[in-house]
Amino acid sequence: MKSDTAKTLRAFLIELAIYALLVVGYFFLVLHFLGGWLQQLEVHHRNTYGGVAILLIIGQAVVLENVTTLLLRLIRGRSE
Amino acid sequence: MFFPISGAHISPIYLVIVGFLIGILGGFFGVGGSFIAGPALRAVGLDWNFAVGTDLAHIVGKSVVAAKRHRALGNVDLRLGLIMALGTIGGAEVGAQLIQMLKRAGNVNLVVSIVSIAVYLSISTFMIWESRKTLISQKGRLPRGKIKGRKAKQDHSEFMHVTRAIQRLKIWPLIALPASGVKAISLWIILLVAFVGGLFSGFLGGGAGYIRMPSMVYVLGIPTHLAVGTDLFEIIISASYGTFTHAIKGNVDILIALVMHTGAAIGAQIGAISTQYFAGPKIRLAFVPLPLIGAAIVIYTLMTGHKL
Repeated sequence: MKSDTAKTLRAFLIELAIYALLVVGYFFLVLHFLGGWLQQLEVHHRNTYGGVAILLIIGQAVVLENVTTLLLRLIRGRSE
Repeated sequence: MFFPISGAHISPIYLVIVGFLIGILGGFFGVGGSFIAGPALRAVGLDWNFAVGTDLAHIVGKSVVAAKRHRALGNVDLRLGLIMALGTIGGAEVGAQLIQMLKRAGNVNLVVSIVSIAVYLSISTFMIWESRKTLISQKGRLPRGKIKGRKAKQDHSEFMHVTRAIQRLKIWPLIALPASGVKAISLWIILLVAFVGGLFSGFLGGGAGYIRMPSMVYVLGIPTHLAVGTDLFEIIISASYGTFTHAIKGNVDILIALVMHTGAAIGAQIGAISTQYFAGPKIRLAFVPLPLIGAAIVIYTLMTGHKL
């Protein structure tokens, strides 16, 4: 039982570390390039900005959910 | 990190941590967590209008992740969620109009504060009474181990006799909610529950999950696990609508929401998975502090005049 908990915790910490690396890369690459374009959109085309904002947040949610699920599956698969 | 849309300088690590904490709460209780996110964004200097709109955008993303996870656990009633989204959007519009009326009358802050304190305290008092009573009466009979699928539908509440009476009201049209284990219930009652939740959302701000989730359990008779998952699904639709309306008014910094959401994506999964290890009455008992935190924030604002 205790070893199961330790395994789960280890898998989770590894997942968190890999996830943190991916997120840092994401900040510097994607957000840096998107920032200027989104700001222009927000100033000049509010309706489009509203639609793009929703699409971006939903898109990111779906991608991150899949990434975390995949990471967890890979790490758990290796530790078992 | 500089966010050009709102012109704010905020540490991305701070945003990720806030998102992570709110994600856990959202995944576990089915709430948006705006009562924490709003003050947390205000605390780092984001304007109030941006805090409200940006928080809504972040709620959309977090709810997608948590609802997806809950759906995998069999905790989402899509039919109920879609119907409730209609009622919520209608209620939110009426709530916003009510705020405008009170603004014109000049006493919006006092009225909203008193109503919200009364609502928060009533919910907490009722839930602590009901969940404790249920836990005592069900001692030794609550399911052990992981609770999902069929087990999640076998929820019990000491308020069940009132819920059954509500379900017996034959106001046409009646609909069945097989995913939630409800054989027949009036469509108008579902819409009314959603409308009231939306009304409070428009009136008090935030997603009002602290009202909708308990209402789904006590009024509609939806098992707690399904109420959490379905509420999250419903929040995706209503918060998307809210995000769009705030975005066209210039109140959304989507870059801040995207950064917050990187933390929330992990938190929401942890919260959603954790619900498997708790029976319905225990989740309801753990829910009690949330409206109390909301009440404490309003009381603080009322006494100091400083909006958190």
